[in-house]
Order: sequence, then C-alpha cells, then structure tokens
Amino acid sequence: MTPLPAPVLSQIAVALCILFILLVPLAAAGLALINAGLGRAHSAAHSMLASLSVIAVAATVYFVCGFSWQGFIGQPAHVFTVGGRAWSWIAAEPPFFRGLRLDGSTASLAAWLQMLSVGLAALIPLGAGADRWRLGASCASTALLAGWTYPLFAHWVWGGGWLAQLGVNYGLGRGFVDAGGSSSIQVVGGLTALAMAWILGPRRGKYGSNGLPNAIPGHSAVLVLAGCMLAWLGWLGLNSAGAILFTGAETGRVVLVAVNTTLSAASAALAGTVVTSMRFGKPDASLIANGWTGGLAASSAGCAVLDPAEAVIVGMVAGGLTAWAADWLEFGLKVDDPGGAISVHALGGIWGVLALGVLAQFSGQTSGQFLAQLVGVATLIGFVLPLTYGLNLLLNRFYPQRVSVDGERQGMDLHELGADAYPEFVSHSEEFIQR
Amino acid sequence: MSWVTLAMSEGYSMKLAGFLLLLAGWGIVLSTIMLIAPTPARTGFVLAGIAVEALGLILVARSHLEPKGERQG
Repeated sequence: MTPLPAPVLSQIAVALCILFILLVPLAAAGLALINAGLGRAHSAAHSMLASLSVIAVAATVYFVCGFSWQGFIGQPAHVFTVGGRAWSWIAAEPPFFRGLRLDGSTASLAAWLQMLSVGLAALIPLGAGADRWRLGASCASTALLAGWTYPLFAHWVWGGGWLAQLGVNYGLGRGFVDAGGSSSIQVVGGLTALAMAWILGPRRGKYGSNGLPNAIPGHSAVLVLAGCMLAWLGWLGLNSAGAILFTGAETGRVVLVAVNTTLSAASAALAGTVVTSMRFGKPDASLIANGWTGGLAASSAGCAVLDPAEAVIVGMVAGGLTAWAADWLEFGLKVDDPGGAISVHALGGIWGVLALGVLAQFSGQTSGQFLAQLVGVATLIGFVLPLTYGLNLLLNRFYPQRVSVDGERQGMDLHELGADAYPEFVSHSEEFIQR
Repeated sequence: MSWVTLAMSEGYSMKLAGFLLLLAGWGIVLSTIMLIAPTPARTGFVLAGIAVEALGLILVARSHLEPKGERQG
C-alpha cells in the first residue's frame, strides 16, 4: 500500500516542537516523585532507581525495535485489506532508527517524542507495583511494554494505523483521535499497572484476615505534591507537541492546548478536594494529587479540540472519578495500587478519550466520532489488557516478579540495594507489616 | 506443576474465561465495524461487544479477589 502523506511542519512549528519535547522529561520526573512519595520510606531509593532504570530500558528498547513496529504516518507499514479497505496493523520500519533522518523532519520529531513517551508509559505500572516489584523484573516487563505493547497500539493511533483510519475507511468521524496520549500512553500504562497489581498481589499486611484493607500511607506528601507540579510542566510539553505532530494543530493552537491542560488539572484537583473534604472532613493530599494527575491524563486526548469550558468538565469528572475509583479498587476489587496508577491513568485516560467523542465539535464530518472513540476504548480493554497481562504472566513464570517475603519485610531499599534511602531516620513502617 | 494442572487449579479457569470474553468482545466490535453499514444497529452491536468485554472484565476481577499478600515471591 502507498503510505499516507506525512504532515509537513513549518520551521516555527519544528522549533516549537523541539522546545515542547524538551519539557516532556519533567513529566517523567513528576511521575517518579509521585510513585516514590506514595510508597514506603524503606522503598524510596528503590522506587527512584526503578524509575530511572525503566526509562533507560524503555528508551533503549524503543530505539532497538519499538519504533520499527510503531512507525509514523508516511512511513512503510504492513497492511491487509478487508472489503476493499486497508487495515494498517504494524509499521515496517528498519530497527535502530535506520529508516529515519534525525534532522528535524516530522517523523524524527515523532520518534524522539515517542522515545520519551514510552518511558512515561513504563513509569505508570511502577506506582501499582510499589514496595514489592523486583528491580530486574520491572526492567524486563518494561522491555515487553516498550518493545511490543506500546508500539503496536501507538501505531494504530499515531502511525496511520487502522484506528486512525476509521474515519476514512468507515465514516466514523475523523477516526480515533488522541492528541497527547490519553490512550496510547496513559491507558496502556494504566492497564499494564492493573495487570501487574493482579499478578503481584497486594503487599503483605494490606488486607487483614477479615478481608478489609489496612492503610499503608505514602511516606512523603511533599514528594508527591512536588511531583504533581513537575508533571504539569511536562504535560504542557507533551500535549502541545502531540497536538502539533499527531493532529496537525497550527502553532497558534498551542495556547488553547496549554489553557485546556491547566484547566483540566486544576478542576480535577478542586473536584478531588471537594470529594475528599466531604468524605473525610479534611482534604486528602494523596487523593488530591491523584486527582490532579488524573486531570492531566484525561486532558491529553482532547486538548487541541475542546473548548476551555469543556476542559473544565473533563477535569472535574476525572478528579471525582479518580477519588472514587481509588476506594473502589481498594475495597471492592482488593487491588493494592499504592500509586493510584490504575484509577489515575487507566480510568482518567479512558474518560479523556470518551469525553472527546462526547464534547468535541469538529468542522465537516463529525458523525460517528463517539463510536470511533468507543472502538478505541474497546481495543484497549479487549486487546491491550489481555496482551499485557499475558506477556507479564509469562514473564512471571520464568522470572518471578515479586520480591521474597523477607525482602518485603526488610524493605526494597535494603533488600535489593543494600542501603536505605533515609539511613539516619527512624521509621515506623514495621507497624504496618504483619509478622 | 504442569500447565494443564495449573489451568485446572487456583481459579485459572475463571480467569481464562474472562480473558477469552475480553477478546471475544473486541472481536464483535471489529466485526461490526467491518461488516455493518453506518446504521443505529452498528452502534448497538459495538455496545454489545463492549458489554461482552465488561462481562469478561468482571470475571477476571473476580478471579483475582482472593488476597495473595501472604504468598511467597
């Protein structure tokens, strides 16, 4: 099949894209701090090292083979035809970026952004596996995510794949639209987090013999809230660069993207404040932080096409949803997710994708947009979740991912790294662990 | 423990059924998009596929309800 034409960017758009992509590592730094702060003090250094390690593994594996599966619009891809309509299912790029000229071309900017985004997606499961996921196993799991799961879905959305072509092929609006990665980054990472929480099981002492959860509070609200602020800056870059590269937004539209991103996060944090104040009598820092991040995750899909008032609605629902879902997962489904990765990234991202279908006003053909978004969500739940669960379950058979009982009692820092993050502090974490 | 023994124990059959339902629901959605013209029926079939996925998700979630916090790594 003849590849679709690649979008051509003006010089100012290229310069802006480079600037925005340079901001994206701040989102990774923010998520790493959030994950570390919501875990135990005895696992803080391990959490930060795991974050750095999975970013390193993700970038390397994506360079080796990830981009060759993902590709970009205008690059070669494997296509099969059904009823006369082309289904592009995987890219056909050579490995090691050999098909790319790293010269500021649109494809090279997309590859650079994706190399950072895949690290962001790989950080998300670390939040769910905190305090019990071995360092080597988290790196191996990241290799599967960055080498196969992420590139495959990202090709379907951003590489000219079949989801992006639903509009052209089947009259579903503009096809599946996601400017900043609510689906391909947040939901893929969030569903992998769910798979890992299921495979690893809850932390020791999380659930008592009566089946009720015990509170194991995060060790540093300061780290968590500082992480939220860094994540905000990173998301501004992520959404702006994504809007230009993947939806062809004009450079002036970046103002709308930045306003929408900020409003969505702000309204989500406010909604989280109201919900937790009503529920507990006081605002809860960790749930408000989850609301903020959930607002950011939900903002990405429609940041370039929604009005600011609609972004506020997206954020408010995301903030309420994450606060409610965190309790539902912990009490109802007995899923131990210390970092709130599933409620924030999986549910927040799914809401962002669906909200675009409900709220966005496109010029021209718009009917069927919600259905296109719905097909994307069905693909995430019906295909990506079984895929990522199956791959990690298989990995777990050959390379057990959960730390030993002694290691968990001792703390991940001492057990895997040989030294605590805060050696001079007396900590009381043992009171949460059943002997 | 062999794969067959494993599949028959520890609630793996419920998990397996759940994941098969997830894939089946996705299959219904894809088939609908490919085969049915843009009518309200198409939306209905897509929603039916998502309902099958929801059933699968419920089964998978139920198969993981038993706390595993005390197990060895």
